[in-house]
Amino acid sequence: MAVRGVKGVKDKYDCIVIGAGLGGLTCANRLARAGRSVLLLEQHSQLGGLATWFRRKNHIFDVALHGFPVGMIKTVRKYWSKDISGRIVQLKGIRFDNPQFQLQTTYDKVDFIKLLTGRFKVDQQTVDNFFAHVRAMNFYDDDGRTVGELFEEFFPGRDDIVRLLMEPITYANGSTLNDPAISYGIVFSNFMSKGVFTFIGGTDLFINMLEEELVKNGVDVRTKALVERIIYDGDKITGVVVNGETIRAGSVVSNANLKTTLLDLLDDGALSGKFRSETEAVRINNSSSQVYIGIKEGEKIEPIGDLLFTSVAEKFDTAKMLSKDVTSRTFSVYYPELRPGQDKYTIVSSSNSRYEDWADLSEEQYQADKKALAEDTLDRLEKYVPNIRSIHDHLEVATPRTFKRYTLHVDGSSFGTKFEGLPISQDLHKEVAGLFHTGSVAIIMSGWLGAANYGVIVANEVDRYLGV
Amino acid sequence: MTKEDISQAVIDIIQEILPDEDMGGLDQEKPLRDQLELDSMDFLDIVMELRKRYSVEVPEKDYMELNTLQSTVQYLQPKMESL
Ligand SMILES: Cc1cc2nc3c(=O)[nH]c(=O)nc-3n(C[C@H](O)[C@H](O)[C@H](O)COP(=O)(O)OP(=O)(O)OC[C@H]3O[C@@H](n4cnc5c(N)ncnc54)[C@H](O)[C@@H]3O)c2cc1C
Repeated sequence: MAVRGVKGVKDKYDCIVIGAGLGGLTCANRLARAGRSVLLLEQHSQLGGLATWFRRKNHIFDVALHGFPVGMIKTVRKYWSKDISGRIVQLKGIRFDNPQFQLQTTYDKVDFIKLLTGRFKVDQQTVDNFFAHVRAMNFYDDDGRTVGELFEEFFPGRDDIVRLLMEPITYANGSTLNDPAISYGIVFSNFMSKGVFTFIGGTDLFINMLEEELVKNGVDVRTKALVERIIYDGDKITGVVVNGETIRAGSVVSNANLKTTLLDLLDDGALSGKFRSETEAVRINNSSSQVYIGIKEGEKIEPIGDLLFTSVAEKFDTAKMLSKDVTSRTFSVYYPELRPGQDKYTIVSSSNSRYEDWADLSEEQYQADKKALAEDTLDRLEKYVPNIRSIHDHLEVATPRTFKRYTLHVDGSSFGTKFEGLPISQDLHKEVAGLFHTGSVAIIMSGWLGAANYGVIVANEVDRYLGV
Repeated sequence: MTKEDISQAVIDIIQEILPDEDMGGLDQEKPLRDQLELDSMDFLDIVMELRKRYSVEVPEKDYMELNTLQSTVQYLQPKMESL
């Protein structure tokens, strides 16, 4: 199992991976399986990055396990193991409840077509054209349109349809109607094809299984190992400084935030002025707030769905979704089936959030605002679980400040950077020989699946760089 | 390696990446993608395995050479015949 600190590490590795988010973890495992020596350094005491969990009393709370696309099964099978991918199952109860519509769906293409042509009364041809168009979208013929323009072409004036098709994606990756249509197309096609999936055993079992696999494949895994510097010798990357010690490596992959990696960790002089100013201009994605609710032992929640996209806002509005005055919440309801053998229920309420709304509050105000958010969330939840106030025994709030503290992401970003971060991340190794970046950037490389796949893509680049 | 060896080596790699696919009836001249559930991640795996097993490098600009089994073997032959 992972060792704390860097005592006893070798003095040189083929590759050092900074950060054990899903991008870093998968990259490290792929490189180890390709025969490379790998050191994985994580500053936190736990692996997983944002894919994390925590224990309170007898509850286990999942932070980022609302659901992921079907593609995760293949990715986990190929780059981890069949045992791990075998625990992925579909979540069938996806609910929407807002002033414009209330419905339940399995969130797959077949069901969406049924909904759009039935209840939303769009003709079959338009729906088929929309799905065909979105599916075919790729980088090579990106027409520069925004998501909003895409919807306007297919469903003019239909803000109810925009809400149905967009609200979950906005939760999933913070994207807005002003983001490039291409990023929406890719994420939407991934999710829409077969529905939403989860991991039986919860995030803790998932990450523990990944850790076992890493150790089996020879990765040297270290927690409580904070990388302070990436060393550049004027020509290429030669290693890192971690917990005050220098460790050499043929290559370095950073799974830390893109901007932190380039602007804080990397030695001065490694970046040209142009690359640096382009990096400085990259916008960070929004953060999140969550309320965690633990249900008392012996109490039950009737089945109300797995994932509830709820909103009291009249219309879909991404600015409102980010507002500290929360109108939209996603409730993830975790039933005992998630962790077989344990008769436990938890509910996690998530909202998109802006770091700046929480950053500068006085301690007193911060605590008061957290309490208000928790209370307001219980009020809303009463609609679905009327006795929630009497059956819960734990209530806790995470804000953008919490996310920043645990992952060191700039402004507690939940989903990496906006679109312009992608070329910076991808071209980094052409700018600085031996340095690579993986992890959430540009929406499409975000989420469990996006980050894991990006880890594999980057492992291939690193392996090529290290040579035969 | 002969052409047949190279072809078998490629098939072995794909079979390992896609254990559930039947590789028996593969048409040499048809795009692999039309016959198998191969996505772009799978192609990366093929490239990485070729590097690991045979020390062969396939630069990104040549990825389209891996279109059919025939074109793949043709492309790899000069790189692998001396193995
Ligand atoms: C509230 C919330 C809910 C989410 N829900 C879902 C969901 O349901 N489905 C889904 O698919 N996605 C979800 N996501 C998104 C998904 O969790 C992330 O996109 C993904 O996990 C990010 O992986 P990553 O590889 O970018 O790394 P991250 O998870 O960002 O990890 C980076 C790691 O690097 C470490 N690190 C940083 N700096 C250093 C340093 N200097 N030295 C050492 N280590 C360092 C950090 O501690 C961290 O462990 C959610 C995100 C949030 C915030």
